[in-house]
Amino acid sequence: MLGSFASPFYLVTDLPSRLLAWGQESVLSRDQLQEHNDALRAELLIHKRKQQQMASLAAENVRLRQLLNSAEMIKDRVLVAELVGVSPDPLTHRVVINKGRRHGVGLGQPLLDAEGLMGQVVEVNELTSQVLLITDATHALPVQISRNGVRAVAQGVGDLYRLTLRHVSNTVDVRVGDLLVSSGLGQRFPEGYPVAEVTSVVNDPGQPFARVVVRPKAHLNRSRHVLLVFGGKAADAGEL
Amino acid sequence: MVLIKAHNRWLITTTFVLALFLTVFPVGAALSWLRPEFITLLVIYWVLVMPQQLSLLRLWLLGCAVDLLVGSMLGQHALALMVVSYVCMLSYQRVRRYALWQQSAFVFLIVGLQQLVSNWVHSLSGSTPPSLVFLMPALASALVWPFLYLYLNRLRLRLRVS
Repeated sequence: MLGSFASPFYLVTDLPSRLLAWGQESVLSRDQLQEHNDALRAELLIHKRKQQQMASLAAENVRLRQLLNSAEMIKDRVLVAELVGVSPDPLTHRVVINKGRRHGVGLGQPLLDAEGLMGQVVEVNELTSQVLLITDATHALPVQISRNGVRAVAQGVGDLYRLTLRHVSNTVDVRVGDLLVSSGLGQRFPEGYPVAEVTSVVNDPGQPFARVVVRPKAHLNRSRHVLLVFGGKAADAGEL
Repeated sequence: MVLIKAHNRWLITTTFVLALFLTVFPVGAALSWLRPEFITLLVIYWVLVMPQQLSLLRLWLLGCAVDLLVGSMLGQHALALMVVSYVCMLSYQRVRRYALWQQSAFVFLIVGLQQLVSNWVHSLSGSTPPSLVFLMPALASALVWPFLYLYLNRLRLRLRVS
């Protein structure tokens, strides 16, 4: 409740960049708009083609899951939010988004951008909420390698471009370039969202564990438009 | 910070509110270590020129406001501000006679002390600064101090804040 005191400050200090973005959007030449439009059309076409395959794959997945007698995949609902502030303290990786209790945001809700998982909501105020990024030194999340399903815990180290995997033994099959997705084991993040990509694996026989450094997929310091995920029983407000 | 028009003391409150805005104004990740501690600078300034107007209780409330704003542990900035302002209140009679560059050095020490206390509390929650880089805001504050001091002095004298 007290935290709502901070909201107007973040909303006001965000105004200049919002104004700048608005200016860049509305002061465009016709050529630029056309070019932009063409690019978007091309992208849409690509995604539509993928979507076509997706439908049959999803159907197949459901059939296979029925054969295996496992639970159906739950479709997640999302709410589009916008970043309005960044923690002024360089040691804490927190951002402020412009959706709060009024929009149905709840504690622990995951935040995504177009590329991958960004973090989770740690403080909900009336109009804004604070999100702890996955790279914060106090954050860790359960992941698995999408290639072979090996589970691990990705821990933030306070660097926006780096996470480390904890307690990965030297014999585990991890390779540079592997994609890590959220495993859903912590009951906090939904399963299957891309988290990071392995950038280096060091097997030092003198150390008890392999040193695995990964790079987050999400553009943690560039994304302005982000998605809040509502898992199974979240509020119904602001559904997309 | 009683609002009596004839004394123009609203200037004190206004500068602090502005400083709160500057504290959260978004800058790039590269520049975030170079943000001067505006709140601490203003506390030093107002304690130097009108020590009777700022009580430790008010400064504690101000520190709590900063904590809420930044989202840090409640009391982290409050504690740091109290320590710092107490030092300022003990030494204001000497420091206000200093030359500007000497005052800058004093500001460096004070803001450094504030960072030290603040980071000590912060490190209890698990995040430790990588190196002495956490003293960078102190350097930035010391560099900003002469401009802030001269400008606020002029403003204060024109408005006859008393």
